[in-house]
Amino acid sequence: MALMTFDMKRNPGQARISLLVLLALMIIFPVFAQQFGNSWVRIMDMALLYIMLALGLNVVVGFAGLLDLGYIAFYAIGAYTAGLLASPQFAAVIESFVNTYPSVGNFLVWLCGPQIVQNGIHLSLWLIVPISGVLAAIFGALLGAPTLKLRGDYLAIVTLGFGEIIRIFMNNLNAPVNITNGPQGINLIDPIRVFGVSLAGEPGSGSMVKVFGMSLPSVNAYYYLFLVLCIFVIFFSSRLQDSRLGRAWVAIREDEIAAKAMGINTRNVKLLAFAMGASFGGVAGAMFGAFQGFVSPESFSLTESIAVLAMVVLGGIGHIPGVVLGGVILAALPEVLRHVVEPLQMAIFGKVWIDAEVLRQLLYGLAMVVIMLTRPAGLWPSPRHEDRPEADHTKVGTAGEVKA
Amino acid sequence: MDIFLQQIINGLVLGSMYALIALGYTMVYGVLNLINFAHGDILMVGAMVGLSILKLVQQVAPDLPGIVKLIIAIVGAIPVCVIVSLLIERIAYRPLRNAPRLAPLITAIGVSILLQTFAMMIWGRSPLPFPQIMPSTPVNIAGALISPTQIMLLILALAAMIGLVLIVEKTKMGRAMRATAENPRIAGLMGVDANRVIIVTFAIGAALAAIAGVMWAANYSTAQFAMGFVPGLKAFSAAVLGGIGNIYGAMLGGILLGLIESLGAGYIGDLTGNFLGSNYQDIFAFIVLIIVLTLRPSGIMGERVADRA
Amino acid sequence: MTQTLLKIRDVSKRFGGLQALNGVGITIERGQIYGLIGPNGAGKTTFFNVITGLYQPDTGTFELDGKPYSPSAPHEVAKAGIARTFQNIRLFGEMTVLENVMVGCHVRTKQNVFGAVFRHKAARDEEAAIREKSQQLLDFVGIGQFARRTARHLSYGDQRRLEIARALATDPQLLALDEPAAGMNATEKLGLRELLVKIQAEGKTILLIEHDVKLMMGLCNRITVLDYGKPIAEGVPADVQKNPAVIEAYLGAGH
Repeated sequence: MALMTFDMKRNPGQARISLLVLLALMIIFPVFAQQFGNSWVRIMDMALLYIMLALGLNVVVGFAGLLDLGYIAFYAIGAYTAGLLASPQFAAVIESFVNTYPSVGNFLVWLCGPQIVQNGIHLSLWLIVPISGVLAAIFGALLGAPTLKLRGDYLAIVTLGFGEIIRIFMNNLNAPVNITNGPQGINLIDPIRVFGVSLAGEPGSGSMVKVFGMSLPSVNAYYYLFLVLCIFVIFFSSRLQDSRLGRAWVAIREDEIAAKAMGINTRNVKLLAFAMGASFGGVAGAMFGAFQGFVSPESFSLTESIAVLAMVVLGGIGHIPGVVLGGVILAALPEVLRHVVEPLQMAIFGKVWIDAEVLRQLLYGLAMVVIMLTRPAGLWPSPRHEDRPEADHTKVGTAGEVKA
Repeated sequence: MDIFLQQIINGLVLGSMYALIALGYTMVYGVLNLINFAHGDILMVGAMVGLSILKLVQQVAPDLPGIVKLIIAIVGAIPVCVIVSLLIERIAYRPLRNAPRLAPLITAIGVSILLQTFAMMIWGRSPLPFPQIMPSTPVNIAGALISPTQIMLLILALAAMIGLVLIVEKTKMGRAMRATAENPRIAGLMGVDANRVIIVTFAIGAALAAIAGVMWAANYSTAQFAMGFVPGLKAFSAAVLGGIGNIYGAMLGGILLGLIESLGAGYIGDLTGNFLGSNYQDIFAFIVLIIVLTLRPSGIMGERVADRA
Repeated sequence: MTQTLLKIRDVSKRFGGLQALNGVGITIERGQIYGLIGPNGAGKTTFFNVITGLYQPDTGTFELDGKPYSPSAPHEVAKAGIARTFQNIRLFGEMTVLENVMVGCHVRTKQNVFGAVFRHKAARDEEAAIREKSQQLLDFVGIGQFARRTARHLSYGDQRRLEIARALATDPQLLALDEPAAGMNATEKLGLRELLVKIQAEGKTILLIEHDVKLMMGLCNRITVLDYGKPIAEGVPADVQKNPAVIEAYLGAGH
């Protein structure tokens, strides 16, 4: 990576230029891709959401070294927050309470007023983003709390369990009271409105958004919004990484006992890692809900948690540019390949052996196994410190010296 | 009270399967300190291969008694599972023996996904029906019902567990396994070949999982590429509950967890005023896991381990 | 500031069937270098781990600078003013040498998420102060030129120095060193001795576990000797050396 470098510490001038070039490319991309229709931009929209997720997981796994296998739960919380606070669903919730637990139901009716009872809650983007972030952060701390004394593999399994528990609740909280609408999920989630302009486009315009006198497709509008959010998340992450808190996380990852002996309150610092990582997931989830217009529990299974982990692992655990790269590859590549591999198989075999879904899974599995066996620090690991040149990119998080 | 006995029986059946799977987890953890995340998928491989074999037998020798056909399916599934398990150990785990903690775990997760993907490619995505080849009339025990398949399951599980205990306590390999689990380095100095022990450990675990897999599919009359994940996870919880690394712990934990799940599913409606129903059954295993790891991480039969700084 | 810095009384600790510590106590005056010696397995590191909060004692009273402190958690102990190094060097291997010491500054600084993200003036100043102090400490212990190296690439002796620098970064009142000379050759031990004297000259108090009896005798103001978890001698090096119980513990009866 000699041409493009993002190492601000060692080469700030070139890093800045690289960043600007990359930014320019990202901004032009949709204009260029529109020639092929909406699908490529839509793929990148989802990829940007996944990048946010990967960056959030990177805080937990990469910085603090805590293997969270239930991370998708925070995506779910963000998405369902959008589902409940930006759709007609809350009206159904109140109605359900009135039918099953009238005392609570009537209290809610009194509290919310006729407008909400009829139409549900419809908050704007500027409220949904912080609310979903904060709510996810709270859950992050809650779900992280029981894991604080657990060792690596147990922590992974427990977080996995939590992820499943959240999904099971989302899937079943439609009886006796309907909160999440169960397996059917929540529909009709409001699209994002920025300064009064709906990103889903004006009705009847074929999903075109009118802004500054220009007209652009809805997927492009969402693209720019997600790009901005992604940039924020990258900015937050990298500021966190290069700070007192970031060092405390790495210290815990490297040697928790030594970290404690140096005065780090590991309990609080770990909770912060969970909370911060979760908050990124929550924001991404809310965006997902608004973008897709509906949410259902099947989008938040263990497979998704693992997918995000695969992105972090493939790209470079703990290295922000690497994680972004991993996100782009694993979110976009399966789609790219699908356009190539499926027709190819039809041409050669007359049938499709490996379809898109299978391909996706195959890539995730291979990414994790192959990387761990050959290049554990990822495709794009942190640049080495000033050192005797060592082929030691293979050591991920080795702690200290020989332990007797 | 009338569902109590039924839930006990269900619990024992479920628990036996958990116990068989949990043994695989606990033995591998004992010698390698590794959670073999892909173990649940070995269960799935056993079920799918058993199903394929069964279909073949149905075509070739349809008049054999059901129980014989099932045994053939199991006997055929075992070697496949063992080979897959050994391949995984050789290719994915052995190179990472000295790697930092997270690496083998991440690799195991990747292997699990790959196994599921290959199964998806071979057997397709939809659940496949497992033919009802055992007699279907259930036996009535004091008001509770148990099917012949379930009876066979219990017998097989018991036989397998007794067999395992005999191996571990009475044979030279069993002694070697116990020694390696306690202290691999010293065991090595005493002439125990760690690699051989590990291979045998994986093989036995895989064989038990194969039995559990075929019987699981027979009990629920269905098999699918994703069927191994949840039972695997629950069996791991059972192993932790019983005391990870301890074979008797795994058996006890498995049975206990099966009972907890069954009784819990049966009574949770009553306990929570119908707020939570039996569809929350899957949560029990996780809750048990979290409670055990928080309050008594060494499990029921495990020893307390002191941390040396 | 009292003259007596550390007063520990009657510490006992049992591990299953083993009584690792039995009524151990020490008193350290401010500015002393205090030694803790004894044969292998005597309980020296266990004692360290108890007073720094890694193990919970069965009994014991703990007083630092006249105030009782509770060694319930290692980070509380560090905050109270005791910093330690480890017998088996526990550095943050992947971080740079400088960053290791900067982590040591954590306990006396306070910028959190807000400061990290927004980098307002107070946060930037604190960060600069941390960096400067860390570099100064590295220079002080003699490895300033390795600031940008990866910590685990340092030589063994330099890693020990780094651990000491990191401990000093916590601004401790008491510096507790667990076998800092282990594995060192004669030259390195001389260097270590110089460093410890230098630290004492700065006004710090040092508690030291060591096996090298000669080093201890020449360095320490007072020594306690442990054997099988019990203190068997206490006093100035010259007296301890001649104490028959000590000789017997090390060399066996009949010497």
